[in-house]
Amino acid sequence: MKPFGEKPRIAVHKFSSCDGCQLAFLNLGGDLITLSQRVQLTHFLEAGLDAPDTPVDIAFVEGSLSTPDEVERIRKVRDNSRYLVSIGACATAGGLQALRNLDNKHDEWRDAIYAQPEFISTLEHAHPIASEVRVDYELWGCPINSRQLLACINSLLFGVPPFDNSEKLCLECKRQQKVCVMVTEDKPCLGPVTRTGCGALCPSFGRDCYGCYGPSENTNTASLSRRFAGIGLLPDAIARRFLLINSASPAFNEAGLAVRAAGEEKDGQ
Amino acid sequence: MGNKRRIRIDVPALTRVEGEGSLTLKIDQGRIEQLQLSIFEPPRYFEKFLEGRAWHEVPDIVARICGICPVAYQMSAVQALEMAFDITPSDWVQRIRRLFYCGEWIQSHALHIHLLALPDYLGFDSVIGMAAKHPEEARRGLALQALGNELIRLFGGRSVHPVGARVGGFHHAPDAGTMERLHEKLQQLKPEAQALTDWCSSLPMPEVIDNFISVAMTNATEYPFHTGRLASSEGLDISAQQWEHYFREEQAPHSTALWSFLHNSPYLVGPLARLNLNTEHLPASITSRLKNKGVNFPSQNMFHSMLARAIEIEIAIEEALAISGNYHLPDSPYIEVTPREGVGYGMTEAPRGLLWHRYETDAKGLIHSARIVPPTSQNQARIEQDLQHSLQAYGLDHSEEELRLHCEKVIRNYDPCISCATHFLQLKLERR
Repeated sequence: MKPFGEKPRIAVHKFSSCDGCQLAFLNLGGDLITLSQRVQLTHFLEAGLDAPDTPVDIAFVEGSLSTPDEVERIRKVRDNSRYLVSIGACATAGGLQALRNLDNKHDEWRDAIYAQPEFISTLEHAHPIASEVRVDYELWGCPINSRQLLACINSLLFGVPPFDNSEKLCLECKRQQKVCVMVTEDKPCLGPVTRTGCGALCPSFGRDCYGCYGPSENTNTASLSRRFAGIGLLPDAIARRFLLINSASPAFNEAGLAVRAAGEEKDGQ
Repeated sequence: MGNKRRIRIDVPALTRVEGEGSLTLKIDQGRIEQLQLSIFEPPRYFEKFLEGRAWHEVPDIVARICGICPVAYQMSAVQALEMAFDITPSDWVQRIRRLFYCGEWIQSHALHIHLLALPDYLGFDSVIGMAAKHPEEARRGLALQALGNELIRLFGGRSVHPVGARVGGFHHAPDAGTMERLHEKLQQLKPEAQALTDWCSSLPMPEVIDNFISVAMTNATEYPFHTGRLASSEGLDISAQQWEHYFREEQAPHSTALWSFLHNSPYLVGPLARLNLNTEHLPASITSRLKNKGVNFPSQNMFHSMLARAIEIEIAIEEALAISGNYHLPDSPYIEVTPREGVGYGMTEAPRGLLWHRYETDAKGLIHSARIVPPTSQNQARIEQDLQHSLQAYGLDHSEEELRLHCEKVIRNYDPCISCATHFLQLKLERR
């Protein structure tokens, strides 16, 4: 990697999202001030910085692409950025709003909500950033946390590619010596197929992981689906486990649709 | 100069607000010809994809409407679903919900004051520039923000999209030792919150008196967070079920958020409206300090909004001290839920104002329909009305830059959360 200049420039862009991943910056406390001394934050609307077209070394992108304008805008961001990092489930996998992609319900939903749908310009499907432009690094999670963010920035500043930990949440949960909620309480935990990063929050509260960090490496979703069926979940409920926050990530999308299709076949018999 | 000129001011992307909005202002011959606050945050259709989801998924889904106030979404939703299933959570759960909510008010208000609003009054673009000149004030603000986040984490695991709330209560109860440490921390930061209020009350603010309607929850015994009835400064007194009979939402071509009216009038929700309708629950210590500074509530000056947020940080710290001081571990932090077919309504006071939910469930507890009315869409009509009024009062012959800054200040008084505002009712539901 080529080194950055003395004060690398960083931009934070928002697309369709809840603003929650930008809080990984805004919740940094004193570290936000330290960060602003080490890098130059050029564009970050929520923090008051408005220079979207300034060329930068690193652009962090939150949110999915869900309007024609956003597709135009992300191309400009790509042109102006040396590295583009997508942050959060919306940017990396489409987010919750990609649920509208599943059954092609966009027009029906829009017309049900807005009395005058002609004023609304949204795309049929909500897409991850990488569907339109090259993404250099991805930070998964809904939301990402400040630890992930600083690790990524520090790596890039040191000139090494950020470490992308895609191991399973189960491993983190075991290291913390939590009692397994699936083994002991038959809860449909997605830990065996979900990417680590949150700190195993749900299992440590005695609840089952709901997959907000997206798919891990080597997901064996078919086996997990059978296990869920074994603890009494009907196909529809199993499909809903996979088709939630990261429904457009390939691994969860295929798993959810496969269970759904199998369930429908059974109903048809 | 003078009023002969023709001015067009476009603020294509508002800064220091949550989400995406813009402002168009046209002045012709000294008169406002056009003034439009546009919200172009793309809709994400939450109310539609909630349909068919199970009741226990709702708190995790609605949290994602807003990264800044996920607790509010979870609290209004669980309340509505508990009503639909006809269950009443324990007193422990009710107190702890209040405590959990205190965390969100503290972090959201501290974030708004220091990162979004204050730079306007001290002459900076962002908190980064401000921190260099006012390091002590910036440090204090970030410490308060961190305190709020820590409180949310105790019950939620993380402060953005916390994972601890469930219909019927909480997944987890922290042990007494953890709560003691929180209590100590609250005590340490209480003087900092007082200093923040005093400082905010001494900042020079424009004197603009406007005749707006305040709408907020009220409660006979305490400052409202998640229990009580809905009141207005004009005598409204209703329950969550009655909301749809009094309020109406409509769509405007320049906005993806819906506009909300009470008896055809714009109205204000949020910290200033809450304070205006709940002055009797203000601790005496705060009232007397404010009096010394010459500030009285109720107030019809929107520029008292930032001060109202600072006061609410103090109120939330007082509340959190009281609840954490009497903490005990419950037998169970939740009650079991048996879903049934039903309709439920929930309303709570999000940091930015009233957040109203309605759900219809089927016998298995799947969501049949959902309607969510966030605070910012309720404030939208009021913001435009305020801009009209306060621009005239400010004087239209100011320079373009001054007019633009003034408009932005006015808008930021409402702490608009545009991510929240952009999603939408189901108009068809109303006619049932």
